[in-house]
Amino acid sequence: MSQSVVEGATRAPGRFGRFGGQYVPETLIAALEELEQVYEAARNDPSFWAELEDLLTHYVGRPTPLYRADRLGEAAGGVRVYLKREDLNHTGAHKINNTLGQVLLARRMGKRRIIAETGAGQHGVATATVCALFGLDCVVYMGAEDARRQALNVYRMELLGAEVRTVESGTRTLKDATNEAIRDWVTNVADTHYIIGSVVGPHPYPRMVRDFQAVIGKEARAQLEAAEGRLPAKVVACVGGGSNAMGIFHAFVDEPSVELIGVEAAGDGVETGRHAASLTAGRPGVLHGSYSYLLQTEDGQVAPAHSVSAGLDYPGVGPEHAYLKDVGRARYVTVTDREALDAFGTLARLEGIIPALESAHAVAYLLREGPNWVGAGPIVVCLSGRGDKDVAQVAALTGKDLAP
Amino acid sequence: MANTSSETDRLSSRFDAWRAAGRRALIPYVTAGYPRPADTVELLHGLVDAGADVIELGVPFSDPLADGPTIQRSTQAALEAGVTLEWTLDALARFRRERDASVVVFSYLNPVLAYGIERFLADAVAAGADGFLLTDLPYGCDPEFEALVEASPIPLIRLLAPTTPIDRAVAIARRARGFLYYISRTGVTGATRDLRADLATEVAALRGATDVPIAVGFGISGPEQAAWVAQVADGVVVGSALIEALDRGGIPEATSFLRTLREAIDRVR
Repeated sequence: MSQSVVEGATRAPGRFGRFGGQYVPETLIAALEELEQVYEAARNDPSFWAELEDLLTHYVGRPTPLYRADRLGEAAGGVRVYLKREDLNHTGAHKINNTLGQVLLARRMGKRRIIAETGAGQHGVATATVCALFGLDCVVYMGAEDARRQALNVYRMELLGAEVRTVESGTRTLKDATNEAIRDWVTNVADTHYIIGSVVGPHPYPRMVRDFQAVIGKEARAQLEAAEGRLPAKVVACVGGGSNAMGIFHAFVDEPSVELIGVEAAGDGVETGRHAASLTAGRPGVLHGSYSYLLQTEDGQVAPAHSVSAGLDYPGVGPEHAYLKDVGRARYVTVTDREALDAFGTLARLEGIIPALESAHAVAYLLREGPNWVGAGPIVVCLSGRGDKDVAQVAALTGKDLAP
Repeated sequence: MANTSSETDRLSSRFDAWRAAGRRALIPYVTAGYPRPADTVELLHGLVDAGADVIELGVPFSDPLADGPTIQRSTQAALEAGVTLEWTLDALARFRRERDASVVVFSYLNPVLAYGIERFLADAVAAGADGFLLTDLPYGCDPEFEALVEASPIPLIRLLAPTTPIDRAVAIARRARGFLYYISRTGVTGATRDLRADLATEVAALRGATDVPIAVGFGISGPEQAAWVAQVADGVVVGSALIEALDRGGIPEATSFLRTLREAIDRVR
């Protein structure tokens, strides 16, 4: 057998084809099994969804609009484009769809302490928010480099009553924050639930987080049906770990006419090696409990990712994306820091919407490829978050001094 | 018990002999290439001279999520010095050419996947390894992969945690070869002052399910704890406290620290 055994491992639990799995220290297996059982029970319990939907409606502000962005469409060469406005959620991004779902599960498990990792800080803020709402203790791990880039979100989490622990190990970004969160969970597993913020990590997280984010695609599909009476031609979303993309893709995976496009961060350019394009330029491997595409060296050491966007600055990617790539159901492309920064400004000026730098990657791909899509039909772009958190960083990068 | 290989492997035979003689196995962990790559073979000799029965030789990995700060620091330093899985197996082979001693190769999965599983299994056996310990390959998570490792002539050392439910622990124990590694507490590796009192009861419960020797690790920081563990277990694993001794005074300090553990556990029998 010349190929890796893992490639044939379809009997194992929690797989998307050969990807996914539960490659974690033994100490966590019992907690993952408990989580899976509690989640399965909740999934089949109408009262669970009723409570979650009530919170999503009255606390988060769902459904979020599907906004037809004509000036953006014109700038993209004359395409009809709709923005799924996840930036209008409470806390400013799609992350809260998942944290609310998981905090309800934590309550069912009787766990009073919540931990989370965060990159850009959006997931940390969304976790701190639901912990405030439910009166739970909250610790958020954040790489020191990210805490510097996203100082506003650090303060926001502290205002919400969370303790932010900055992580100085490794690359001091999301990967290392995730390592520390897992170490905390291994240590405090009896009373602690770990709210993973993306469709990554060991089974059941990738599936569970996708299910909580699937509301994005479900709404977008119904909203476009109401507006145009048809399915979109293409759905475009940025991919770091990949939760907003899985959330919006899920409703369309079984519709072969809908092209699914995930946009990875090319950083300085894939050819420079300074990027975060795991699906485009990585090889399959195991990180944080699952088998998926991974930026790594020849020797199997995880390679540092690079992106201007802290939320995409992660060397791994969710295993379901790896599967969708391998079976050809989704296409994964890249956008550089430069293109994302340009799109950030373009969307602000044309539509009066300041996108998160993460989401700006999806907008940038639309602006680049739009001219080839004229006449293809409506394009839905997932605007996963708002850019308030990025304003200071973009100002600094573009040489603007904001000091009074 | 339930050996998948018809022949008894060398590690199991040795444990049988130690058990017959009333000897508790002393099992130090060291990170390959730490403190310096040039030290590894000499350190391995020193550990055996100081009374080590089985050595866990750790392959450095960039993201050691089961390890605490001490071992993280050692693996980071080894990576910065250019240590790889290939280098580790080569160092093991050099040591084993000079010395008949039991060494278990300890690794996270990703370096093994990058190296190639079958190539790794073959090369580790050729280098003289006596077992594999794969920290992020828990029982049942990948049956094909586990079957391949279990088909090797040397055993896959299985881990058990205090959180492992009893039916699962029994299933793991039935599949175990070489020895079972019982993690003494929830948490990452690292020396601590206190071990849990329940440990003795938990290890005794496992005895009912398996004849495979049971070693206890995580958090063992000195001779008193080692002696206490030796009263209930067949083997005592020490990692972070040994690395800390290496940091304090290099190989001489590490070996004299290990000798204190040897003397402490030998007084138990």
